Amino acid sequence: MAVKNPEGAVPPRPPSGPIPDTAAATEWLATMMLVRRFEERAGESYTRAKVGGFLHLAIGEEAVVVGAARALRDTDWLISTYRSHGHALARGTDPGRVMAELYGKTTGSSGGRGGSMHIFDLDRRFMGGWGIVGGNIPIGAGFALQSSYRGNDEVTLCVLGDGATNQGTFGETLNLAALWKLPVVFLVTNNRFGMGTSIERHSAVTDLVRKGEGLGVEGQRCDGMDVAATQAAISEAVEISRAEQRPILVEAMTYRFRGHSMADPEKYRTKEQVEEWKLRDPIPNFTERLIAEGIVDKTGAEELDKQAIAQVDAAVEFADASPEPAPESLHDGVYSLGGEVHGWLSTDPPQDPAS
Amino acid sequence: MSEIRYREAVGRALREEMLRDENVFLMGEDIGVFDGAFKVTEGLMDEFGEKRVRDTPISENSIVGMGVGSAMLGLRPVVELMTINFSLLAMDQIVNHAAHIRYMFGGRVSVPLVIRMPQGAGNQLGPTHSHCFEALYLHVPGLLVAVPSTPADALGLLKSAIRDDNPVIFIEHETLYQEKGEVPEGEHLVPFGKAAVRREGTDVTIVGISRMARTAERAAQILEDEHGVSAEVIDPRTLRPLDLDTILTSLKKTNHCIVVEEGWPHGGVGANIAALVQEHGFDDLDGPVLRVTGADVPMPYSKSLEHLAYPHEPQVIEAVLASLGRKAPA
Repeated sequence: MAVKNPEGAVPPRPPSGPIPDTAAATEWLATMMLVRRFEERAGESYTRAKVGGFLHLAIGEEAVVVGAARALRDTDWLISTYRSHGHALARGTDPGRVMAELYGKTTGSSGGRGGSMHIFDLDRRFMGGWGIVGGNIPIGAGFALQSSYRGNDEVTLCVLGDGATNQGTFGETLNLAALWKLPVVFLVTNNRFGMGTSIERHSAVTDLVRKGEGLGVEGQRCDGMDVAATQAAISEAVEISRAEQRPILVEAMTYRFRGHSMADPEKYRTKEQVEEWKLRDPIPNFTERLIAEGIVDKTGAEELDKQAIAQVDAAVEFADASPEPAPESLHDGVYSLGGEVHGWLSTDPPQDPAS
Repeated sequence: MSEIRYREAVGRALREEMLRDENVFLMGEDIGVFDGAFKVTEGLMDEFGEKRVRDTPISENSIVGMGVGSAMLGLRPVVELMTINFSLLAMDQIVNHAAHIRYMFGGRVSVPLVIRMPQGAGNQLGPTHSHCFEALYLHVPGLLVAVPSTPADALGLLKSAIRDDNPVIFIEHETLYQEKGEVPEGEHLVPFGKAAVRREGTDVTIVGISRMARTAERAAQILEDEHGVSAEVIDPRTLRPLDLDTILTSLKKTNHCIVVEEGWPHGGVGANIAALVQEHGFDDLDGPVLRVTGADVPMPYSKSLEHLAYPHEPQVIEAVLASLGRKAPA
């Protein structure tokens, strides 16, 4: 299973992971296309100032996004980072609600309170979008602690980047998860850069599977440019974690084609390196493979892409047409009311909830 | 009524809530086998087992983070941080996460987490182990902050905290753990946002925070005995929500207000209460709200210097007399 590629080199092979049935393979391709088209449009909306704040695109990493989501049961939990639009979409969140969140609208998945970094969909067990590097790691382990405590068979898939493996909480949490035998899979989306610092410059140990092993968490590596290989690796890890009640780390080797965020002159890498990795673009490569295996034809693939574009068109239209949050809603949601809190402000006197 | 120690009251609250709700569990450093650094959780691991009383490694940020995650999915974790000093290592999880999750996810999930920790100086533990941080947590929207000063309040407020759906910063005091006090028999809940009037008086209102509520009470006795001053002592008990009405009602009677806190002066609880009192009760004030605070220094180790660095009765008395025009401020 492990892909042993030399550091810095592009994994050289075409997608070769196990292909599922036709319907599933086609759906994976369609979802990768949706994620790609969604993020391209989000980038355009950002340059038109429809989207504010930070916008981190995962273009190039779609195989990891979709492979991860398709390794889970509906009852499992997925928690991601600040680069998480795709995870929500792959989990089934309406693209309109994700786009509306980027637009800061009241119909957004977090009501316009969270923005790009804090997409959230409890109904689909997509547990966020988290803005602080590494901040989601113990929280994901906390979801797994809940599963362990209640003795149910849910697994948590906790996504982090290569940069997050340098945070103290990475070491703290992996140690705890191993000690307490928690059903959590840590998926390290290794796109080779912590913002603009390459992995060789940010981590003394660049083999991130080894980093996890040093903390008591077994791991494996997969080709993150191949959705089928990624899905297989994560799926295996998730099922081992579920059956044996222990944490596992999966390192997915991938690359982002765009900058870290929208404001990134990309001085830290060469155009040649980007072009080299683009040869491994997970979408055309998986498309070619499905065509070669007779699962879709060229027209069928083009039709899937058109459908993705149409979905994104509808999402933008929905976001554009949605209302801004009402001014009087500014304080809504800070506190859960009714218990020890009866008003919005610290100065509000306690009131009888019945009155 | 029965008389128990403050630390026993905290332990009783934990035990009662664990018996009541199987979703309540404890995590913290040395709370199980060791019985807790201050013996608050004594006997609980024997009674409830290692699943519900979980000894953790020394990993404050991740302990709190795992509390946050499990609380989001409906458990009711009570995380003990050995002292408030170590909560600085967990600030990301407390402020960026526990406090903000509900709002930043559009109110669609709650974090019913309690973080318990003792604070305070007086044991010669020096600059890194003597902090008072209620002002730090009071500052953050999304958190509730409790500062119990008596065994009965420690019991009743902690039970309320565990039952509430919001993240609660529950600040105990290291020097109060051995203090005894009357506690009602049976179920005892104290609501948040309801101040206690510890002593009634007519000349001046003294608001005491955390342990300083006790110091204020002793100062009030001296003021009556030696200076003929009738001081009303108010213990807000919770800082978020704050029962400002009880303070303003007292002020209408006394027209003078002093706030006593152990923490630093700048951006402190007293600064906040003084601002609120002048905004909402200006017409009732005969003079400025005065603050008695910890000294604006890291806490020194030396016994004599440490004594100077946080308020005792003489400073409270001096401030009261100054407010009443009986003596110029020092």
